[in-house]
Amino acid sequence: MLQRTQDTTVAVDIDRVTKNYGAFTALSGVSLDIRDNEFFTLLGPSGCGKTTLLRSIAGFEEISDGAIRLYGDDIAGLPPHQRPVNTVFQQYALFPHMTVAQNVMFGLLRLRKSDSEAQTRCAEVLELVQLSPFAQRYPNQLSGGQQQRVALARALAPKPKLLLLDEPLSALDLKLRQAVRVELKQIQKETGITFIFVTHDQEEALTMSDRIAVMSAGEVQQVGTPRDVYEAPRNRFVADFIGETNLLDVSVTSVADGQALCVLPGGREIICPAAAVVDPGPGHLSVRPERMTLTAPADALLSGRVENHVYLGTDMQVMVRLEDNEVLTLRVQNSDAVSVPDIGTQVGIALEAGAARLLAD
Amino acid sequence: MAGGMASASNSAGIYKGRAGLLILPSWLVIGFFLLLPVCMMLIYSFLTKEFRGGVIWEFSLAAYDQFFFNRGLFGDEPPKIEWTYITIFWRSLWQAGLATAFCLVIGFPTAWFIATRVPRHRTVWLLLITIPYWVNLLIRTVSMKFLIRDTGPLNEFLLWLGMIGEPIHLINTNLAVQLGLFYSYLPFMVLPIYASAERYNFALSEAAADLYAGRWTILRLIILPAVKPGIIAGSILVFVPSLGAFLAPDLLGGAKTFMIGSLIEEQFKGNAGNWPFGAAVSMILLSIVMTVLIFYARNQTRREAL
Repeated sequence: MLQRTQDTTVAVDIDRVTKNYGAFTALSGVSLDIRDNEFFTLLGPSGCGKTTLLRSIAGFEEISDGAIRLYGDDIAGLPPHQRPVNTVFQQYALFPHMTVAQNVMFGLLRLRKSDSEAQTRCAEVLELVQLSPFAQRYPNQLSGGQQQRVALARALAPKPKLLLLDEPLSALDLKLRQAVRVELKQIQKETGITFIFVTHDQEEALTMSDRIAVMSAGEVQQVGTPRDVYEAPRNRFVADFIGETNLLDVSVTSVADGQALCVLPGGREIICPAAAVVDPGPGHLSVRPERMTLTAPADALLSGRVENHVYLGTDMQVMVRLEDNEVLTLRVQNSDAVSVPDIGTQVGIALEAGAARLLAD
Repeated sequence: MAGGMASASNSAGIYKGRAGLLILPSWLVIGFFLLLPVCMMLIYSFLTKEFRGGVIWEFSLAAYDQFFFNRGLFGDEPPKIEWTYITIFWRSLWQAGLATAFCLVIGFPTAWFIATRVPRHRTVWLLLITIPYWVNLLIRTVSMKFLIRDTGPLNEFLLWLGMIGEPIHLINTNLAVQLGLFYSYLPFMVLPIYASAERYNFALSEAAADLYAGRWTILRLIILPAVKPGIIAGSILVFVPSLGAFLAPDLLGGAKTFMIGSLIEEQFKGNAGNWPFGAAVSMILLSIVMTVLIFYARNQTRREAL
């Protein structure tokens, strides 16, 4: 991986932000520090508050309590047009009666840049998103992917201190979405602008972000690098939402130095890393499907009977019903070297070292 | 798939040679109710008048001559430009334009207000706008006459409030005619603008605000262009009938507020009329309206061709 010295200047300081709609709390005391030059993602299911938070930063929602500071200045009271922040909207919201160039120059001209200055900058950003030949087209003459890039160019043109992206890839088809991910990350690096990206797609979040904030029910569940949140999920929600996981009911015997001693279903004991502080008693263990292997039943940590398999192309998914009736899902690579046991076979399951992780509930 | 294509080509076969037959009803309607009356009017405008109404089938340019030239009481003086009718036309254009402007100034915010309510309430507001128009125009105009006369409720209310010392004289003024036209045609402005505004994507306003535009800039550069089709349709729907209106000027106005509609109406009323002259005035009015509309249509296609 490319070594990158992380600038730790705080670009956006979201300080105990609360947003109520009547009795409904969309954001409850959310605090986040987003660093300068960072690709930061707000990830969560719909209704988790991620879009509300983004709209609060842009100024479209008035927060009920807390502060939003942009490089130290509290911007929470400013109307949208006075915030040095630009947004790429989910459905792009391009002005239909203006050409691509007029759309891109809109923000620059509102900032009272001269015509020639606006045109130069417009050419620059259109070059960046590879749309120079389309400057004189109208939005309805462009494909979805091109419209998305116009929206990006329009938001980048005024050189905002912060770029907000509200699920900008959700309207694109899969192939295009994958290509745009790489491009977007590239553009973020080239421009050096701090990006806040909202998505419900965990794969998008994992591939593009420097850091991810996983949100649910108006609260931040975990903040960390993609590797952190995937491999060291803090609680059940994060483990379950990011990627697939198996949640095993265990009984925690003791916790010390971040390591926990747990009793697995079936009676075997395991020592595994624990997220934060967990009290002894019943708990949940998260194990990723790809980090378990099938073995002989004799000496295995867990054992059960193969209940079903699902062919996934690159992988086979194997469901194993344990003795206590829990069902575990494993992923086995689809290869001639590995034979998948028939349904009904008694099998053992081995865990890779460090594969299991005790969660905070 | 194959079956579908076969039936498609079959159906093309069935209609082959009968397209003319199927379009016939439309042609009949257009022919009977549009082309025929216009042609009759055109022909009548070039005929000689019969003194008790009606025409004599003899070609004459007298009607148009009467409109544009003044040849003295007995028709034997050298022709001078006749200003009477041109003044009436000018006044009508002015009144209709003013009515359109007033309808736009009041109609646009009204339509915008309705379009920005929750869908459930929009229907109620639209109903409230349209209910008065279920009543006949004549009755509404007569009612307005009672409302605004010197001893009417409007003046009495203002007197009671102490805002005025003596009744405002409204009847038989341009203002009264204006009020009548405005009230007659306001919904024709509100409804098309509402139709445009309802489809407006409010994310565009947010995008503009995000790109440093204040409220007035958003209105001018984003909202107005978006609802422009509604504004143009509404303006035509108000301007054209206002130009030919005769109820409001007849009932609310006086001799000084005489408009084209009344002029035409008079030519066909009772025995005093002059059918060819009425037809000629109608043709001139029609040409003005057509010129405006064609100008607009060409403007529109040029814009779309861009």
